[in-house]
Order: sequence, then C-alpha cells, then structure tokens
Amino acid sequence: MEQTMKQKKPVLPEEEKNRTRSRRNKRIKQFLPLYIMLLPGIVYLIINNYLPMGGLVIAFKKVNYAVGIFNSPWAGLSNFKFLFSNNDALNALRNTVLYNLGFILFGNILAITVAIALDCVKSKFLKRFSQVVILIPYLLSTVIVSYIVYAFLNPTNGFVNNSVLPLLGIDPIKWYNVPKYWPVILTIVYLWMSFGYSSILYYSTIIGIDKSLYEAAVMDGATTWQQICHVTLPSLKFTIITLVLLAVGRICYSDFGLFYQVPQHSGLLYSTTQTIDTFVYRALLELNDVGRSSAAGFLQSILGFIMVFTANTLVSRIDKESALF
Amino acid sequence: MINDNKAYAAFFNVLLVFLVLACLIPFWLLIASSFTSETTLVQNGYSLFPQEWNTGAYDYLWTTRGSIGRAYIMSIVYSAIGVTVNVLMTILFAYPLSRSELPGKNFLSLMLFFPMLFNGGLVPTYLVYTNILNVKDSIWGMIIPYLLFNPFLVIMMRTYFTSSIPNEVIEAAKIDGATETQCLVRIVTPMSKPIIATVSLMTLIAYWNNWTNGIYFLTTRTDLYGIQNYLNDVMNKASFLQSHSTGMFNASDIPNTGVRMAIAVIAVIPLLVAYPFFQKYFVKGITLGSVKG
Repeated sequence: MEQTMKQKKPVLPEEEKNRTRSRRNKRIKQFLPLYIMLLPGIVYLIINNYLPMGGLVIAFKKVNYAVGIFNSPWAGLSNFKFLFSNNDALNALRNTVLYNLGFILFGNILAITVAIALDCVKSKFLKRFSQVVILIPYLLSTVIVSYIVYAFLNPTNGFVNNSVLPLLGIDPIKWYNVPKYWPVILTIVYLWMSFGYSSILYYSTIIGIDKSLYEAAVMDGATTWQQICHVTLPSLKFTIITLVLLAVGRICYSDFGLFYQVPQHSGLLYSTTQTIDTFVYRALLELNDVGRSSAAGFLQSILGFIMVFTANTLVSRIDKESALF
Repeated sequence: MINDNKAYAAFFNVLLVFLVLACLIPFWLLIASSFTSETTLVQNGYSLFPQEWNTGAYDYLWTTRGSIGRAYIMSIVYSAIGVTVNVLMTILFAYPLSRSELPGKNFLSLMLFFPMLFNGGLVPTYLVYTNILNVKDSIWGMIIPYLLFNPFLVIMMRTYFTSSIPNEVIEAAKIDGATETQCLVRIVTPMSKPIIATVSLMTLIAYWNNWTNGIYFLTTRTDLYGIQNYLNDVMNKASFLQSHSTGMFNASDIPNTGVRMAIAVIAVIPLLVAYPFFQKYFVKGITLGSVKG
C-alpha cells in the first residue's frame, strides 16, 4: 500500500495528500493501543528468548570473564573437540534421543487410549472422577515426584523392596546403584506425570467430533474397533501430528528435574540417566566449564531446530494441511 | 462414541479404574509415610497401611515452623507475583493478536512461536540473567525467567478470543465509542473466564513447582528458597549423608524421613486446594483454546 502511495505522490493534489496523511494518522491511532499492549511481551521475548540466541556464539569462544564474554578470543572448534574428547557427551545425546523417542511413542499411545476410554465410558461418575484424578500427578513438582519414587525404591525400606518383591520371591534390589533399571523406571515416571494432561488434550478434541459420523458408521455396520480406526483416529490426526512435531522439535531436550532429581543425581546411574540438559547443568554450575556446556547447548539448539524443520517438511510433503508452519 | 461392544466397554472401564488407582496409590504412599513414626518407617519400611498412625512428623514441623514457614511464604510470594504478571502479559499479548486487522500480526505470532523451535539454551540464558539483568541471588531470579514460559498459553488464549468472542460484539462496542482498552477490560475479559482460569492454573503449577530457577540463581541466598528448593535441599543433604559418613553439615539439621514426607505433603496442598476451583474450566478452556484458529 505504501508503495502505491509513493508512486502516486508527484501527481497528488495537496488536499488528497492531507487526506491520506490523516487516514494514516487515524490508522496509527486506531492500532496504537494494541501495540502498546504488546510491548511488555515483546520486550520480554527479546530479553528472554532472542538475546540468548546471540549468546550461542559462546560455543566458539574461549570465555574469559576478565575481558567480558563478547571480547573473549575465538576458539574455533576447540570447545567441541573437548566436548567429544570422551564419551560423556555422546552418551548424554544418545540417552536424550532414545528417552524422547520412547516418551513420544508410549506417551501418545497411552494418552490416545485413555482419551478414547474417557469418551466411551458410560458411567458418568467414572468419567468425571477419572478426569479429575489423572491430572493429580501433573500437579506435582519433580522434587515431590522424586520423594515418591524414593519411597518406592529406597534400597533398605522402600515399598518395592519391602512389600512387592518379597511377594514375588525376589531379593531386594539396590535401585539407585544399577543403571539398567532406569530407562524403565524413568519412562514409567514420565508417563505417570504426563499422561493425564495429554489425555485431556486428546479428549478435548474427541468430544468435538460430530456424533453423526459415529451414527453413520454404525448404520454401515462398523464395529467399535472400526469406529476408532475410521472416525476417531482420523479426527485426531491434526492433534497427533502437532503434538508429535513439537515433541520431535524437542527431541534433544529433556525434563531437567526428571533426569536430575528423580535418580537422586546418583553418579552410578549417569550411563542411563545423563541427558544433555543435566550434562550442560553439571558442566556449567558444578564444574564451571563454560566451554563444554555451551558447546553441548549449541548442538542441542541446532539439532533441535534441524529435527523440527525436517519433520515439518516431511509432514507437509505428505499432507500440507497438517504441517506446523 | 457409540459403543455397544461389551468387551470394549469392560476394557475401557478396567483401564480407567487401573489408571485412577495408579495415580492415587503413589500419592497415598507419600501421605501414609508422613503419618508413620520414624521407628516404624525404619523397621517395617514404607507401607500403604501403617500399623499405627502417628502425627509426630507434623508436630515436629510445627515446632520448626521458622525455616519451613519462610520457604512456604517465599513460594506464595513468587507464585502470587508470577501468576498475576504472567496472566496479564498473556492477555495483553493474546488480545492484539486476536484482532484480525492488526498490521504485522503474522510477524508477531512468528516472533512468539519461533523460540519454541529454536532457542539459545541454558548457558546463554544463564549468562544474560546473571551478567546483564543481575537477577542472581535475588527474588527476581525466581520470577522473571518464567514469565510467558509457555507460548502455547498465549496461542490458546488468542484462539479462544477469536473463536468464542464474536467480532460483532467488539465492533458494536467500537461504534458506541469504546476504546480497545475498554473492549478488552469490559467485554473480552469477562467473557473469557474458562481460558483465564486455565492459564492461571497452568502458571500457578509452573511457579509453585519451580525449583530449577532456584538452583540456577539462588546459589548463596538459600534463605530465599521456596518450598520446592527447600525440599530439594533437604533431600540432597540426606542422600549425601547416606553415602558419606562424615558430612559437611550436622546430621541433626536434617529432618528424618517422615518429616521430609510431611513437608512434601504440605507442599502439594495449595495446588490440590486450588485445583478443583479451576478444574471445571480446565477441559473447556483447553477445548476452546485448541480449536485450530
């Protein structure tokens, strides 16, 4: 619009010029309050989200606090070489990706099943009551969850070693010393904490499905399983794709509390509980090693972005409507 | 869904009952162990049905209410400020984005959404907050880094505004001479209770349960710890004591197991109390907010 006004400018009579100016003034006046409303949020996003993006260059610097971070000398790829000088970082990367793949797979299957169950169950009481109860674990912080896990797994007097294993005739297990159990434990804990919320997300989509679709399916003789496959799941497609895409974008990220606090940051368990987030935290705040932690953080950001971009491109190839952007 | 199949109905019922129990039993174990005396806990272990109920842990909490009460009050302060500012910022961001004719709307949505796909990560964020904003060891370290913590809440609220509040209502008010601010305060906000309740609850959960900002930013001022960091600290000291016979601190400073469980229980209570008030709006808020807009 501005361009067309500029083109016309030389031939504009004086009064018309005034009119466009007053129209523009009016337009600014009309939207100014809206922009003022946006201001706090924009300032916050710039400080909290965009400023740190520039800080990604730290990964290529040899940080010297005396001269300031941005005046520190460039270090090329030495931080990355140092990062991969032993297996810790690769192990953390592998753990993060594998846990997330498991979480995406099992989390969505469980949540969709629960959402369908919530929709199908006839008893009004069970429907309401379970909607309330499944969100209770979602209210707990990972610190409290770690207390609960500890009550179950405490090696000397925990509930599992004391009450469950004796029933099965199994000897007590030192849970916090043996890495091989933790992929299962952490997956269960993750599902326990999160399935309620994602079930409600899916359920909120299911209750929006047009009931006549089911009626038509029943008329055609569809079984319950066929109704699920041909009516419910296709209607959930958009929600599933959105949630999975976002989760894929975060495949290099992990819930810090789940992997740091729930295993009681037991050093014996690092081989299966260390993720990039706990690695970066430990390198930055416990070892004060900015080089390694920023290099790991850099890889996390870049890989995450590449992942979500690739996944989105694939989805839009198959079905343009479902893509995220 | 139309469901006449007995086998499926049975399966879904059993599944839900199982999950309800799976959610409640661990939580019950936490409560039960807080009501078990220390000697029973050590001798018989954690149990769903303690042989005798004992309020010793809570009595102990009451006698030492100084430090725990302080952490509790700090949590309330952080949550109150955090929820208020966050909900206001969310509304103020979502409302302009819901006005379809706003120039630059797509760019602003992208600006909001992009950090979900790409961000600087912990190290640069930590350095921005400690070196530029200087929030280290102050209460702001517990409040500022979590504002607008989830762009989804803004998107949900914007979608709610566009899908549940007819544009005609706002246009009519405009013709009557209402400004944008008046439209937002008098018309849009009162019509948006479900989504505001949903956003408030999500923010309350995030702030009340937040302890990572505490370990990032409150490294020396442990007196500013909220209840979650207090719990975290006690847990770390206790597990440190278990693995090292000589500690850096006095073993008697660390509450025993039952007391720790009791602190955990009282740390959950505020959310459990607030939850039912928000719950009736929750599904509605999510449903209306997540309709593709």
